[in-house]
Amino acid sequence: MPCEQGALEFVDGWVRVLKNECMAQPAIEIENLSKEYPYGFLHLKRKKSLENLTMRVEGGEVFGFLGPNGAGKSTTIKLLMRLIFPTSGGARILGKSINDVSVHGSIGYLPEQPYFYDYLTAHEVLDYFARFHGLTANDRRARVEGMLKKVGLESAKKIQLRKYSKGMLQRVGLAQAILHRPQVVVLDEPMSGLDPLGRREVRDIILELKREGRTVLFSTHVLSDAEMLCDRVGVIVGGKLRGVGMPGELMEIKSHGMEILFELPNEPSNFPLLAKAARTGERYRVQLPEAELYDAFDQLKAAGARISSVTQLKPTLEEFFMNLVEADRAQAAAVEVSGK
Amino acid sequence: MRNIRAVAANTFREAVRDRVLYNLVFFALLMMGAAILVGQISIGIQQDVIVSLGLSAISIIGIFIAVFLGVALVSKEMDKRTLYSLLAKPVHRWEFLLGKFVGLVLTLAVNTAAMTLGLYAALWSVKRPLEPADAYILVAVYLILLKLALIVALALLFSCFTSPFLAILFTVGLYVTGLFAGDLRTVRGLRMDPSTLQFTRGISYLLPNFQNFDVMAPVVHGQGVPASFVWNATVYALLYTAIVLAGAAAVFSRRNLK
Repeated sequence: MPCEQGALEFVDGWVRVLKNECMAQPAIEIENLSKEYPYGFLHLKRKKSLENLTMRVEGGEVFGFLGPNGAGKSTTIKLLMRLIFPTSGGARILGKSINDVSVHGSIGYLPEQPYFYDYLTAHEVLDYFARFHGLTANDRRARVEGMLKKVGLESAKKIQLRKYSKGMLQRVGLAQAILHRPQVVVLDEPMSGLDPLGRREVRDIILELKREGRTVLFSTHVLSDAEMLCDRVGVIVGGKLRGVGMPGELMEIKSHGMEILFELPNEPSNFPLLAKAARTGERYRVQLPEAELYDAFDQLKAAGARISSVTQLKPTLEEFFMNLVEADRAQAAAVEVSGK
Repeated sequence: MRNIRAVAANTFREAVRDRVLYNLVFFALLMMGAAILVGQISIGIQQDVIVSLGLSAISIIGIFIAVFLGVALVSKEMDKRTLYSLLAKPVHRWEFLLGKFVGLVLTLAVNTAAMTLGLYAALWSVKRPLEPADAYILVAVYLILLKLALIVALALLFSCFTSPFLAILFTVGLYVTGLFAGDLRTVRGLRMDPSTLQFTRGISYLLPNFQNFDVMAPVVHGQGVPASFVWNATVYALLYTAIVLAGAAAVFSRRNLK
């Protein structure tokens, strides 16, 4: 059942979805979704891009879709947005089939590396997209102005998009995705092309959407973004979903140890920790198991060292994906051997 | 209807901002040159030359825009991926297609109207005052516009399933073939066996018959065009265009974007 009218409230003119009412209804429900692409001269060969994807995104949650390049993230999102059509399977958003055009009025979508009509200004392009949501001229004007302010493009609103940087286009993309206050927001690599400040602004917007009770599905390569923003993540590799869960739990992000960066005031006397340390300029860097941390602090204190930083070492997302890819290859090889 | 209107208005705006209407400058220069030139030749054929040249230019420039912009309507949006954000909105694909069609036909209508004014201005400069028979030029222009709408629909159809280059090739090819569709129906005296002849005639009825829109000869000589001819051409253009657009919508509605 989609959210009833009674499950909505208005906060500062924005419709806020009350979570409790919607929790029973998954915002996005994907069932056995597969996509194959024909290739070759006569299109007789077929490549599987997505294989029997089944997953749910609950109402009001921020869901991260993680995977290396070519894993099937964008394919899944494009299928949800009916930009491409599935070979088999289907999906529902807010209880309605994705083929039902009306449900797209409740969805906001930011494509990967968005590109808009470059002969339009940011104001014009947002006004154009707002027209498809049946807003009156006054509503459109107010919302477009508000949104331009929100994404930091107010001062550039009269400039044609052909003069915009990649980061600015990304902001326009984000603005058009949430302009109509959708219940479900789907963002394909929303941080791509943004500087650190822009990334933080996008993170803030995603958190704000979550506070308003909206559902957000976004794809990313950046583990820290997923950890910081997501209630749950789904990891997809080679067109197959490898798991869904809490970010830390799913990726088993265990500490690899600790890294200490320190400086010594004068010519160092020999102490055990120094033998393990690597020197870069004036600084020393040492990696050690977490259990040895306090012993290391004692040694550094005795040597009069100044500690610059202490960092927990975690596996990178690349390492995580590589492990999954390696596991896939090993499994495929095992199947091949047993087949012989 | 709201969605179609929004897409059409944006298509028109794109054409204006991409300076498509700059072709009017070329047309204006052509008409001025023609007016100066015919001033030096015999009075009797001044009107024929101006009207003939004007209508030909309106038709050729229109065909050029209809083919190239018609093909680009969808293919450019797919290549540049501007379509992604739009189709994720509550918009049917056929609405997008129809909006694009209406937008370009509107552009062609404005362009053609401006060129027609230029033609009348050139005519007025060599022959004052204008006569009631000169109003037949409007009938010819109207039929050119119907022809252009049909060409846009064909370009749109081809661009929905093939590359822009092939779509241009197919559209131009079909247009040129369509200019002889009427001749194919009445073909006689060729050494063909009856079945081939019948097949050729059958094909000719499927092809768009662009001879239906050609009234240049009588209009140049100041002769009228029967109302039934205009009516038949209008119905033919509307039906053929609707069928082609329906085909385009059917193809595009299942098209996977890149």
